[in-house]
Amino acid sequence: MDSAVETPFVDFQNVWLAYNEALWAEGRFAVEDISLQARRGEFIAIVGPSGCGKSTFMKLTTGLRMPSRGSIQVDGQPVTGPLKISGMAFQSSSLLPWRTTLDNVLLPLEIVEPYRTSFRQRRAEHVERARALLASVGLSGYEDKFPWELSGGMQQRASICRALIHQPRMLLLDEPFGALDAFTREELWCTLRDLHAAQGFNVILVTHDLRESVFLADTVYVMSKSPGRFVVRREIELPRPRDLELTYTPAFTDIVHELRGHIGAMRKAGAVINQ
Amino acid sequence: MNTKNIERWSPWLLLFGVVILWQTITSALQVSEFIFPSPARILEQLVEHHLVIAAHAWRTFWVTLAGFGLAIVVGVLLGFLIGSSRVAYAAVYPLMTGFNALPKAAFVPILVVWFGIGIGPAILTAFLISFFPIMVNIATGLATLEPELEDVLRVLGARRWDVLVKVGLPRSLPYFYASLKVAITLAFVGTTVSEMTAANEGIGYLLISAGSSMQMGLAFAGLLVVGAMAMLMYELFGLVEQHTTAWAHRGSQGH
Repeated sequence: MDSAVETPFVDFQNVWLAYNEALWAEGRFAVEDISLQARRGEFIAIVGPSGCGKSTFMKLTTGLRMPSRGSIQVDGQPVTGPLKISGMAFQSSSLLPWRTTLDNVLLPLEIVEPYRTSFRQRRAEHVERARALLASVGLSGYEDKFPWELSGGMQQRASICRALIHQPRMLLLDEPFGALDAFTREELWCTLRDLHAAQGFNVILVTHDLRESVFLADTVYVMSKSPGRFVVRREIELPRPRDLELTYTPAFTDIVHELRGHIGAMRKAGAVINQ
Repeated sequence: MNTKNIERWSPWLLLFGVVILWQTITSALQVSEFIFPSPARILEQLVEHHLVIAAHAWRTFWVTLAGFGLAIVVGVLLGFLIGSSRVAYAAVYPLMTGFNALPKAAFVPILVVWFGIGIGPAILTAFLISFFPIMVNIATGLATLEPELEDVLRVLGARRWDVLVKVGLPRSLPYFYASLKVAITLAFVGTTVSEMTAANEGIGYLLISAGSSMQMGLAFAGLLVVGAMAMLMYELFGLVEQHTTAWAHRGSQGH
């Protein structure tokens, strides 16, 4: 199994993407020349200004979009279509209002194989697992409530549970905490930290909150705006498990400050180009 | 009486007020019953001819429901088709809009040629006039899908059918029930209009025959009955809507 440890779990080699042929012909790319390697279980955060192609990156990783140029491998296999070993959650929880929290979390199992075929027979088993998962993010007692009876933070927790119910190897989060207040957001950071520590899946977190990225990630990538490129790769050596207190230490703020510097420089350069 | 009660009883109060005013004016001005009958006279006629009216009303009622049932089936199927495919939507929608702009009464003579006098034209007119709102509402419900949710499902290998059944259809249900309320009242219009020229039974026929024999009280009584039936059905579907899709009508203040 040594070789498996050595080959990266996620492997982007010089990936370019133009959304259609016309844009390709004009040389306008959503993301340019992206290379990235993540080892198994690594937590990656991608930060950058709005509209810099972070979400495009997610679509590429999950196989919802094919690259125009370059290659993407996940778990040693080239990505050729939607990647079932991934779960996704977004800024809007997009829970279905006519389903209870529990039924929302079970939705992926009604769709994805191999759970789909035996969903009805093994429902009790799945329900038990969904309840355990909901309990692990502090939602026990809310299983039979409807999403609109939950607070924004709770909805987001349920949305993350939905992304994890089919035990994906890779969790993709697109600004999942962007719409929450600061205190709820920090609570959810800890929830996500604990889930990652317990289950060991890969995480790709897209965010524009630098503190969030430094607190949670093993490696932070800074992305530039149009074209989307990685301009900085920064490993976060802060020891785990990390506590919220850590965010007030100089070591932490220094890293945040350093990343902030990169983004500031990028924005300045952008302003010069625009003139 | 608090504001909530006033709100609840306001339609009845208004109706009562209008009837009183109507009665007062017709009595005071001694309007001839052949021109404009008083509410008392209409009631009198309603009681006097209640068996005849009931028979015609029953006919109109079941014919309307038959046309309405057909409208639900066709409306849902067409709505499902055009809501689930962009090409079908682009192809069908403009034609349907054009069709909907045609006055349905104009179809009655054609339907008479095809199906003869009787229930055929009435059912089909009720159907033609009421399937459109059902179709449009189903299609709208299906076509509005959050892109994020679509990604979440697609990455799991969801087929188009899965997305339609798990998300699209439930989401379009509130639109569907809302459209039923509108469609049932339209169906009554269709039946009545058709019966006026192409039937020997039903409220529409009653209106024409009462009118031609100058029985204005009876004609108004017929109108009253068809209006009452339409309102009753509207309220019925309103109740069904509230009880089946409570999630879509939640108050902003929570439960």
